[in-house]
Amino acid sequence: MSARDNILAKLRAGATHTTAPAPLNPDAAIAEHYASLPRTPKEQLAQEFAEKITAWHAEVHRVPRGQWVDKLKEVVAAKGIRNLLYAPATTHGRALEAAGIQGLKPYDRPIDEWKQALFENVDAAITGTRGAIAETGTMIVWPDASEPRTMSLVPPIHIALVDEDSVVPTLYDAIVQQKWTDGLPTNALLVTGPSKTADIQQTLAYGAHGPKELVVLLLTGEAL
Amino acid sequence: MSHTTQNTHTLQFVPGAEFKRRAAEVVANPFLRKSFRGAMDFLMAKRAAQFPDPELLERQRSLAEHIRRYSLSRLPQLLEQLEANLVKNGVKVHWAETPDEANAIILDICRRHDTKLMVKGKSMVSEEVELNHAMHDAGIDALESDMGEYIVQLAGEKPSHIIMPAIHKTKQQIAELFAEKVPGVSYTEDVDALIQIGRDVLRKKFMEAEVGLSGVNFAVAETGTLCLVENEGNGRMCTTVPNVHIAITGIEKVVEKLEHVVPLYGLLTRSATGQAITTYFNVITGPRRAGEKDGPQEMHLVLVDNGRTQAFADEQMRQTLQCIRCGACMNHCPVYTRIGGHAYGTTYPGPIGEIISPHMMGLAATHVLPGASTLCGACGEVCPVKIPIPDLLIRLREEATHDAKPGHAPLVGQGAGKTAFASLAYKGFAFLYSRPALYRLFAWTATRFRFLTPAKQAGWTDSRTPLKPAAKSLRDLLAERRR
Repeated sequence: MSARDNILAKLRAGATHTTAPAPLNPDAAIAEHYASLPRTPKEQLAQEFAEKITAWHAEVHRVPRGQWVDKLKEVVAAKGIRNLLYAPATTHGRALEAAGIQGLKPYDRPIDEWKQALFENVDAAITGTRGAIAETGTMIVWPDASEPRTMSLVPPIHIALVDEDSVVPTLYDAIVQQKWTDGLPTNALLVTGPSKTADIQQTLAYGAHGPKELVVLLLTGEAL
Repeated sequence: MSHTTQNTHTLQFVPGAEFKRRAAEVVANPFLRKSFRGAMDFLMAKRAAQFPDPELLERQRSLAEHIRRYSLSRLPQLLEQLEANLVKNGVKVHWAETPDEANAIILDICRRHDTKLMVKGKSMVSEEVELNHAMHDAGIDALESDMGEYIVQLAGEKPSHIIMPAIHKTKQQIAELFAEKVPGVSYTEDVDALIQIGRDVLRKKFMEAEVGLSGVNFAVAETGTLCLVENEGNGRMCTTVPNVHIAITGIEKVVEKLEHVVPLYGLLTRSATGQAITTYFNVITGPRRAGEKDGPQEMHLVLVDNGRTQAFADEQMRQTLQCIRCGACMNHCPVYTRIGGHAYGTTYPGPIGEIISPHMMGLAATHVLPGASTLCGACGEVCPVKIPIPDLLIRLREEATHDAKPGHAPLVGQGAGKTAFASLAYKGFAFLYSRPALYRLFAWTATRFRFLTPAKQAGWTDSRTPLKPAAKSLRDLLAERRR
């Protein structure tokens, strides 16, 4: 018998040594639990998200939807970003190209062809998000073929666009409302602040392995 | 290079007497005592701040317990479902009954890719199977990349805590370690500078390594998804940048649906370090798809038994497998706080280690561990999934000192803690207490001849005051009161 068959056989035999009734499927209990928690009103979700992620050491800029590129230019200048990695096939990527930002660098080929340059010669990357979570100040990052997963990981500065209308109260709401189970990407991510560690004498330090800085452009106002 | 030198310490279990010696050493070391006391006070306060409402906490714990019990009640089916969906997503699934099998599977993958370097995210299961030694023996450098694990590996040690591996070290010790072991680094106690040193060393390794290894916090059967919880980003590096990603986990980590992960994740981080959430929650559903520009080309999951099926076979001990590895039980344990993680000599220290290690290593090697508890109950009270740890400690004490009950399969090492003297004492006790007349005679004699009690009583008086009968038995005292 293979290891697989042995393990499964032992588990099946073990499962018969049970006297308590089998626990019910917890779906309803989970839904009830989240429904029982106090809800942040819709109009305050973006504010709660912004406060929470700021407490996690992110830099948040609220910016009217039509003006984020100008804000981005300010951030790029203020931080001395010489080159900015972006995803050319996305809506925000095309907006960046149209605005003619200095030092734009498209992520346009497989990582294997430029791994070293990605690690050593990129100052910052800008990505979109699929939404955000108010309760914990968390962004939902949803990498795909056009916006690869290393963009929010390797460059020392990560700049993210978050639409205020996309903020939901909890992770549970995000998974249910956005129907994650229907189509997960190879690597969905929750990101809550820049990379950090407290492994040396419980002292908090930022920029352990991932980005040292996280800049959130929170898009506000009427949808375009 | 010296800074990638392997940990050459073998995690040999230290037998009973050795455990006591090590514990005594730490208790006598004011420096270590202070480190652990300080760290545990810090973690306890941070956790408490996350749970201001005891009623809400109780509801959360009950829900988490419900989810874990439900998952375990369907464990064989969920494992098969997980496997089928992972395969559908392009992940190769392997099963290992023993540490050696797990290591052989991983070594085989590494050899096929002809790699000399593996970067590792934090994985307690890889510590459990001693993967680093197996890789080292095969000429492959298995480099820890979690900052705490990196420090511990550099020092040639083992983690002393499952969440904060280097909790026993001060920044001065780490500064000395880096100055000595990392080429071109001079002594600095600045924590930011120390982390930057680790970052620089490890980023090069992420770039070079052909294989990345990670643990798994939750495996989701319905979608074939692996979830990883971390703050640093090294877990993401190991699962994203190298060409091959190997995940290793215990068979108990599977849940049915993604929604079932949410309450568990919320309690995990709050119970562990008092954080409402970690920086990263990494939700992986397969290797790089056609058209994608990054992510591993190949992905594997190794499912490890290593004694878990033994715990599963017993309804009471099955609860051990509800564990989500937050470490709250050790943070709140008065014994762990005083002796630290290394004294236990097992991969998992503290209360959870005392109830899981006997299944992994057998009672012959571990029978003293369930005794390393005051049964104060703190571990059970803080456990986010309500594992009745004190009950399980008592159960294992019994299994360690008695033969298996009729109709029960013996545990590995069943009765290993039995001594002739103790067995005789228990038999005498049972004989006396089941015969009322004899017992009354004994009580009458013992109270009147108490002055004859010896001052030295075998092993008992090594660390305790002598047992001496009271001047009057409880029965006599009650009789007097009634008068």
